[in-house]
Amino acid sequence: MRNDLRTFKNAAWLGWQMEANWTDPFLFATYSVVKPLAGTLILVFMYLVITSGETGVAFFSFMYVGNALYMYVAEVLFGVTWVIHDDREHYMTLKQVYIAPINFHTYIFGRAAVKIAITTVGVLLTLVFGVLVLGVDIDVSAIDWPVLLASLALGLACLCIMGLALGGISFLTAKHGEGINEGVAGVFYVLSGVVFPITILPGWAQGVSKLLPVTYWMEGVRRGLEPEVVASLGGTTGMAGFSDLTLMAILAISSAIFLFISLGVFRAADRAARRKGKIDWTTAY
Amino acid sequence: MTETWLLRNLRAVRGRAYPRIVGANREPSWVFFDIVLPLLTVAAYAYIYKFMDAPKEFVGFVILGGAMTAFWLNILWSMASQLYWEKETGNLSLFMMAPISRMSILAGMAVGGLFFTTLRAASTMIIGIVVFGITLSLSDPLMLILVFIVTMIALYGMGMMFASLYLVFGREAYHVSNLMTEPIYLASGFYFPVKALGFWAAAGASIIPITLGLDALRQLFYPLTGEQYQFLPVTVEVAILAVLCVMFIGLSKLSLDYMEKLGKSTGRLTLRWQ
Repeated sequence: MRNDLRTFKNAAWLGWQMEANWTDPFLFATYSVVKPLAGTLILVFMYLVITSGETGVAFFSFMYVGNALYMYVAEVLFGVTWVIHDDREHYMTLKQVYIAPINFHTYIFGRAAVKIAITTVGVLLTLVFGVLVLGVDIDVSAIDWPVLLASLALGLACLCIMGLALGGISFLTAKHGEGINEGVAGVFYVLSGVVFPITILPGWAQGVSKLLPVTYWMEGVRRGLEPEVVASLGGTTGMAGFSDLTLMAILAISSAIFLFISLGVFRAADRAARRKGKIDWTTAY
Repeated sequence: MTETWLLRNLRAVRGRAYPRIVGANREPSWVFFDIVLPLLTVAAYAYIYKFMDAPKEFVGFVILGGAMTAFWLNILWSMASQLYWEKETGNLSLFMMAPISRMSILAGMAVGGLFFTTLRAASTMIIGIVVFGITLSLSDPLMLILVFIVTMIALYGMGMMFASLYLVFGREAYHVSNLMTEPIYLASGFYFPVKALGFWAAAGASIIPITLGLDALRQLFYPLTGEQYQFLPVTVEVAILAVLCVMFIGLSKLSLDYMEKLGKSTGRLTLRWQ
């Protein structure tokens, strides 16, 4: 246990060094702010083009908050899988890490922890910008903190676990395999009610939505952060039939199920990669 | 310029383009990762427009913008970052020692990248059209081809210029590419008409060839939308893109020579992991 904690701490420190020491703090801070804000503003402009500037409606807040939270999905999945790609193809240190007397999963999660911390700053800044500039409906006094914090913790754990499976798969893919995480994150973007209610989707797709933990995570965090918006949208979200407790239970159970699946996928991919000699493979075309 | 010199450089272009074209085909998983999965993000944007009851052209705008993202990502990750990446993997010194123009290496990267990215973008476009049932007008196919060609030459010229500039970035290269993803999607109006940003913002963003290229393609695919969403008339956009072609290719040659000289004098041309 102590060894794992030390691995986690050192991996997180290494991740921070790799993320932040390439430039001066001001430029790093600018980079950390501009990127998430630009991603959100794409959606805002799409909305403004169609509605001619009406941001005071519940759907705008629903869409804005969902898009801000989605940064976690994209960055956590990317952070976990990028560790394999970066260490193997770029720094070519994966084999050394691999044979070190540490738990490899702990190393990956340590590296991903930094991504979560940096993403949290981006999410908070995006939300503050939304509230102050665009009139996004988040009332701090109305926030349901227990629901918000429980949903966040369970959801992030679930995302890290799913990232582990993708990290395993990236052992077996070439340079362009970095698209895996974007693709999987894209599935969640379409099917998990991130920027539009799932009720707009075809019936079969709504069925798939309700199998994805991110759908419950989004709903849970929204209920914690903007309960009035969720209440005013009512049945439009397609999730009104679930109580807060049911949402948490589904998130917890799905995390546990994904943990088994991810460990299995990672182990199988790891074994295949070793058999095919892909642990220190580079594909620099 | 002798015939031997020309042939040698043409062989260098072919040689650098070859691994890009063949390499991807030897790893067919790209069909799934690079075509099917990115379409999901495009689908999400299309559903937002549907949810807001937007005019149906907007779904077409999103599909077109989504397809064009493949080119921008190729510029960032397989052109701009490539010489930096070659330095990290040890190939750059070999390129520098070879008896060829460095521009041939960049041109080969561009040709190979353009080939496989066009395949990806076309596939995304076709699947998008089929899945969302959108219709596109092909009333002026010659202009459409012209717009596409000048946009790509200007864009890959810009990529060649970035490739040499990135040589001085060191590990910042990765972050610079990351930083130029979503902000450029926003500034160039990949998912909405760039006119919505206002004239001066759109004019500033026009330095990125894909801004004007996308706007012109939208006008040609949806001629009935008229002036409602157009930033500039197509002919003006083609003229500006032609100027950008010359400018970026000229600048890429100048910057490559300068960066090579700078790299040699500071001893960083083959320095890895800086």
